[in-house]
Amino acid sequence: MVAYVVRRLAWGVVTVLGVLLLLFALFFLYASPEQMARRAVGEKAPPDALQQWIENHGYDKPKVWNPEDPLDTLLFEHYRRMLTFDFGRSDADDSPILDQIRERAVPSLTLTVPLFVIGLVLGIVLSLFVAFFRETYIDRAGIVLAVLGMSVSILLYIIGGQFLIGKLLRWFPISGFDPNPVLIGRFMALPWVVGLLSGVGGDVRFYRTVFVEETGRDYVRTARAKGCGDGRIMARHVLPNSMIPVLTRVVVAIPFLFIGSLLLESFFGIPGLGSMTVDAIQGNDFSTLRVMVFIGALLFILGQIATDVSYTLVDPRVRLE
Amino acid sequence: MQNVVVVALLLGAFLTFRMARRNDLWRGAGRELRRRRPLALAVVLVFVVLALLDSISWIGGGSAEDEGNALARHKPRSVIDRLFPADFRERSYSAPLADVEFYGGAPLLHPRSHLLGTDILGRDVLHLTLKGARIALLIGGFTSLIVIPLALLLGISAGYYGGRIDDAVFFLISVLASIPSLLLLIALIMALGRGPVQVCIAMGVTSWVGFCRVVRGESFKLRELDYVQAARALGVSEPRIVWRHVLPNLMHLVVITFVLLFSGLVLSEAILAWLGIGIDGSWGQMIDQARDELSRDPIIWWNLAAASVALFGLILAVNFVGDAVRDVLDPRTLREDR
Repeated sequence: MVAYVVRRLAWGVVTVLGVLLLLFALFFLYASPEQMARRAVGEKAPPDALQQWIENHGYDKPKVWNPEDPLDTLLFEHYRRMLTFDFGRSDADDSPILDQIRERAVPSLTLTVPLFVIGLVLGIVLSLFVAFFRETYIDRAGIVLAVLGMSVSILLYIIGGQFLIGKLLRWFPISGFDPNPVLIGRFMALPWVVGLLSGVGGDVRFYRTVFVEETGRDYVRTARAKGCGDGRIMARHVLPNSMIPVLTRVVVAIPFLFIGSLLLESFFGIPGLGSMTVDAIQGNDFSTLRVMVFIGALLFILGQIATDVSYTLVDPRVRLE
Repeated sequence: MQNVVVVALLLGAFLTFRMARRNDLWRGAGRELRRRRPLALAVVLVFVVLALLDSISWIGGGSAEDEGNALARHKPRSVIDRLFPADFRERSYSAPLADVEFYGGAPLLHPRSHLLGTDILGRDVLHLTLKGARIALLIGGFTSLIVIPLALLLGISAGYYGGRIDDAVFFLISVLASIPSLLLLIALIMALGRGPVQVCIAMGVTSWVGFCRVVRGESFKLRELDYVQAARALGVSEPRIVWRHVLPNLMHLVVITFVLLFSGLVLSEAILAWLGIGIDGSWGQMIDQARDELSRDPIIWWNLAAASVALFGLILAVNFVGDAVRDVLDPRTLREDR
């Protein structure tokens, strides 16, 4: 077990280094600092203005190999900064990226954590319900509804939700954010509803397949033969046995707990990490974008290691060697 | 140039179809598919025909010359463009089938002829919506043309040959898979620059990983099967084994992946369009532009409605076809249905 975790962590470190290499290749080798400067300063900027921008942002070192001092390169600097979480300043407005992240993490988490928990419970309960009635009209209707729901673009959910609930019915404010816990429900209700609606279709379709596959197994037949009730079979036999695919799907969502939902945050005016990423895209802020991609990947890798270990908790048949 | 591509695509599709007709398995699958989802297949076909009609374009001829519009005469116009008059534009918004402009009430140049109204620049919304079909199929189709060969090549070489190649491919897969896909997509487009080809390449890079993993696992299994072992014992060369015995047994996965990938790609382009890094003329961009129109008073709904209905229709049809394709072709689900 310990040996497995150590090996898994080592592989995680290698993957993180690989992600950093990919980021370096994209943002320093393919899109060179000159190009970044040109996009930031302007297409027709004089060469010395470009040079000044490059120097100000510390992009004027040799890229990969420096004959005088092998450690004084952009590649080394990139790795050192990312791995020590010394993210430096934003390319767009020179604000320290780490402070921004600290400040914006809270709004993101207030949006995504409840959304994640409610979405997970709702998805599993609904799909257990649909799988319980498999091969009936309830099941067919459920599948059709799920496919209908996942065929609508999330943009449309957001625009429609804002229009219907925010503008026509005036139940909740269209957008905005207030850290005051009394007001937070009011501002978050609409993003939560929209987020749930847009995600539940795909979830139900996926979980239903998993559950239905599990209900065809021998142990379910045995349990039924011994007189176990259908509801009990679903909750006590089928659900625990299908936890592995469910867990695997859940992990994919973990980085977005922290990064926030890009679209929801920026449509609903929530000052979180998602809207920070959107601002970075629109402002050609490469250094912030690099950091967000790195953090997303880091969280995902950690989440994956955690899932692999937690497989042993949900399924005693899995042994980590 | 574009027309050559269209002809080549049609020829390729025809040849694939001929080959599939000769194979019992594929013919049966096709018949089963037509039986299960006739409507969804028809809808997809309509979109494909629209996209093809919009891809075939030539200069001159048609209504442009009658009206002596110098600009229109020297621009290639597609079949779809030719269904509409060359100067089918207004100055700004107009409601569907209206006589007058939406704001101000000045008389329209083409009263009662814009079936779905016009957008802020006075362009006919029906025309734009029909043209969006080409962009949507371009996104799905062109990206799949990148994804599938790449994933097959790397997946088979990793799974079938193993060893060092497998290690390298597995490392690449883990690195790419560990970056959240939307972030990776954004990072790639920011680095590559904006434009239709770049967007398709970026989407290709982000979406080949999942399929490659499946191919790797499957060819790993196929390598050990008796008929592959038999072929090897008989002295058949390795490339030939891959071509004759491994690849055909992966084809059902290719078809399933293609259909399931397609709707995801088109939907993620809509998100990209909203971030301002999408492809010009896509439905996503139309939805994005229509975002503020709902907050106007009186509201302007036709632009948003047209693009969303078209997008929803295509995705829904493709999703239904995709589910049916998977049920028909995936051996694991066969026992459940029959």
